[in-house]
Amino acid sequence: MDSQTIARIRSVIAAGKRRDLIFAVLGVLALGIGILTFLALFVDMAIDGVGRLSPEFFTNFPSRRAGQAGILSAWVGSMLVMLVTALVAVPLGIASGIYLEEYAGKHWINDVIEINVTNLAGVPSIVYGLLALGLFVYQFGLGQSILTAGLTLALLILPVVIVATREAIRAIPGIIREGAFALGASKWQTVSDHILPYSLPGILTGVIIGLARAIGETAPVITIGALTFIAFLPPAPVTVEPPFVNFDWLTSPFTVMPIQMFNWTSRPEAAFHQNAAAAGFVLVLMTLGMNALAIWLRYRLRRNLKW
Amino acid sequence: MAISMSAGAGTEPAARGAPRDGTAIAPRRRDMKRKRSRVVRERVIEAMLFLAASVSVLTTAGIVWVLVSESVTFFRHVPLWDFLTDTQWTPLFDDAHFGIVVLLSGTLTSSLVALAVAIPLGTIIAIYLSEFASHRVREVAKPMLELLGGVPTIIYGYFALLFVTPLLQALIPSLPGFSLLSAGLVMGVMIIPYVSSISEDAMRAVPMALREGAYAMGSTRLQVAVRVVMPAAFSGIAAAYILGISRAVGETMILAVAAGMQPNLTMNPLEPAATITAYIVQVALGDLPHGSIGYQTIFAAGLTLLLLTLVFNILGFWLRRRFREVY
Repeated sequence: MDSQTIARIRSVIAAGKRRDLIFAVLGVLALGIGILTFLALFVDMAIDGVGRLSPEFFTNFPSRRAGQAGILSAWVGSMLVMLVTALVAVPLGIASGIYLEEYAGKHWINDVIEINVTNLAGVPSIVYGLLALGLFVYQFGLGQSILTAGLTLALLILPVVIVATREAIRAIPGIIREGAFALGASKWQTVSDHILPYSLPGILTGVIIGLARAIGETAPVITIGALTFIAFLPPAPVTVEPPFVNFDWLTSPFTVMPIQMFNWTSRPEAAFHQNAAAAGFVLVLMTLGMNALAIWLRYRLRRNLKW
Repeated sequence: MAISMSAGAGTEPAARGAPRDGTAIAPRRRDMKRKRSRVVRERVIEAMLFLAASVSVLTTAGIVWVLVSESVTFFRHVPLWDFLTDTQWTPLFDDAHFGIVVLLSGTLTSSLVALAVAIPLGTIIAIYLSEFASHRVREVAKPMLELLGGVPTIIYGYFALLFVTPLLQALIPSLPGFSLLSAGLVMGVMIIPYVSSISEDAMRAVPMALREGAYAMGSTRLQVAVRVVMPAAFSGIAAAYILGISRAVGETMILAVAAGMQPNLTMNPLEPAATITAYIVQVALGDLPHGSIGYQTIFAAGLTLLLLTLVFNILGFWLRRRFREVY
């Protein structure tokens, strides 16, 4: 090889390496744009909102005067709606996941269910709001209540819980089932004593991510007609006198955190924007906390994998 | 046998080993009863699990039923042709017009802006994380991106209206307070994690042997990524893009907050315009009586939205089927 050829090859290699480097820089920049946006969003909201964060902000009702307005009805509403959502979505989602992974055989009905779950995950959330408006609010007469909102969000996050359950179950090796069956366990005994406990951390991760999504959802809850100005609390679920529990709160009107924030954001006065920032800051901390918990759980899970 | 009978008639081994003589009939019957109750219990549990699984099918059926039945009443008042061709959307005015094109233009324009951000950035991030980044960078970057996808959209709406719009106004002084541009840009950033994480999963699923072959032939990293890995992972990447598109089309709060709620037939991202989703929110915020024509419009709009996302989902399904590489 003469020196000219070698020089040419060297320059081709150098050009290739240069392009690699340029792309790597581009990749870091793209990643940086995403992460910087996230930081800007967080810091912007913190700067605008932190001044409004005080104990009174959490214990005051919304008010016409921005300085006195608080998020009491909003966070209580969010908690109660989440309670309904979790109580409905968790058992239904886990049961569906178990059915699809452990029970469903080759049958067209099972294929329909499977395709259906995949498709539901792609339906825009506002469409769930329309479903709830037509079906829960008017057809079933549940009204614009906590129950309606909880059921709507439960249907919305059902695919998340189902998919997480299925993935967690699929990670359990077949020998666990075979071992249980060999000892004479029935299918349900195998599932309830082995499959469920082993997949629980994975399922929990999915449930937390689902609930974090539900707590931040605004569009479907607005669509069912939730009010934006609520200056009272729903009846307490627990009472001092027997029978100690009270279900009136289920049918009570309500508002939730994201709706309260939307209401304040869409007002022209800057003072209300501060309230929106403060409410948003609380909301972001809630969802980020939940998501971080889920990510940490998954990380621990991957590290402690036994098989 | 006699021993086992006297030892404990109910114990399993005794019953199972019971001979055909009359003395064992009672425990055998009890055993069968227990077996039958076990079978019944298993059946009941399976039926309950099946019922739970069918809730998702009922949900779909409910969505289709509600949207179609309300839309049918709507289309009795408004001819389908007017719905598709009218260039005005004023359903709540005395002179009512129902041209869905007006809302569609807002939806499509904002989605195009969002995709112009999300698809290039999402793809670059996916290639970078899958082919270039070290294990440690990936372990840190992926959860960060996931957090980005977990932020409630109302927060992005606030950010678009009160941070990005003033920033853009400094660059483009003529930009109004509400615009499809700023909503679309923020929406694009919101969609990045969906595009990047699914694309990256698809790229990582490409077998190492393909990369090793290309490297052995003297390819650079970039050549391997663009000419070997991307074509091999095309079906997965397409699925990621389609998911991004349906997210953009169905996104509501960012647009309701930052793009304004005025119906406006435009493809210019510098203008404010209502989208299908923003219109539904606007009507829901008001107090429309159940059964009125205004009430029915949101279901017709919702049906349009559902069909739109359905078209993209079918397209994605077809792309996955058509370009799937099996190793």
